[in-house]
Amino acid sequence: MIPSITELKVDADDLRIARLAAAAVGLSLVDAAIPLPLPGVKPGLANIVALLVLARYGWKSAAWVSGLRVVASALLLGQFLAPGFFLSLAGAICSLAALALAQYLPVRWFGLVSWSLTASFAHIAGQVMLARLWLVPHDGVFRLTPVFALAALVFGVINGLIACRLQREFTLEASAP
Amino acid sequence: MWLSFLRPGDLALMLLALLGTALCFPLFWRGGAGDRLVIRQEGALFLEVDLQTPREIRVPGPLGETRVVVEKGRARVLADPGPRQYCVRQGWLSRAGEIAICAPNRVSLVITGKDAPYDSLNY
Repeated sequence: MIPSITELKVDADDLRIARLAAAAVGLSLVDAAIPLPLPGVKPGLANIVALLVLARYGWKSAAWVSGLRVVASALLLGQFLAPGFFLSLAGAICSLAALALAQYLPVRWFGLVSWSLTASFAHIAGQVMLARLWLVPHDGVFRLTPVFALAALVFGVINGLIACRLQREFTLEASAP
Repeated sequence: MWLSFLRPGDLALMLLALLGTALCFPLFWRGGAGDRLVIRQEGALFLEVDLQTPREIRVPGPLGETRVVVEKGRARVLADPGPRQYCVRQGWLSRAGEIAICAPNRVSLVITGKDAPYDSLNY
């Protein structure tokens, strides 16, 4: 066999990011399977993975995991380059930007729930902005803002708590002999 | 046990988010509230009034008098000589773009706001 000229070097980081992104994609699919009354309101379970990655491996890894998750789950759901894809991309970019700042909050006072809330509100802010600018260029879109804010609040707290719980379990696992 | 995950800052941020969300509702859902009432008779402007000052208006038409009431941000047709009373049954009008038409008496009411919403007639 002729050896390929472009050999992809895969290091431990790449493998870890791929594994975590796969977990996030799985949760995205679960997300998509949960029926909710309003389009656009989703639990955003995949963000739990992003939070844990941010806490453990830093912002760059979290950005990779989120980015891969958005693209891969869109491909799996047949949403790639559809409006829903751009909305979730805008949401992911905004939450990552917010998390880039939120990660410097003093750890003594602010935990994963704070990160989660910041990210979820940034997420809906990004989505509503994109929807207003591009998809529905009318101020009527803002009428949905309270509903989205409520969803961001509820799911932001829940996801943050789940992330805390998982983080504790991982640290217990790591410290066990 | 879930509570043990919350740090003081988390609680503060949750409270802030709750407050922000609560404020969102009146802020974004008040939108579309009208501020003026335009009354037309035979298609011509009869009267344009502010919705904040309560008053009663009598609009003369071919069948008689249509009585319109305005009170704190809303308006309605109180009585109309028309046979089917559609405009009376329309009830209170408060949002921009809402209308009541007393066709037999050739009287129409429309609420206007800062930015007029589109309706099918705009196209």
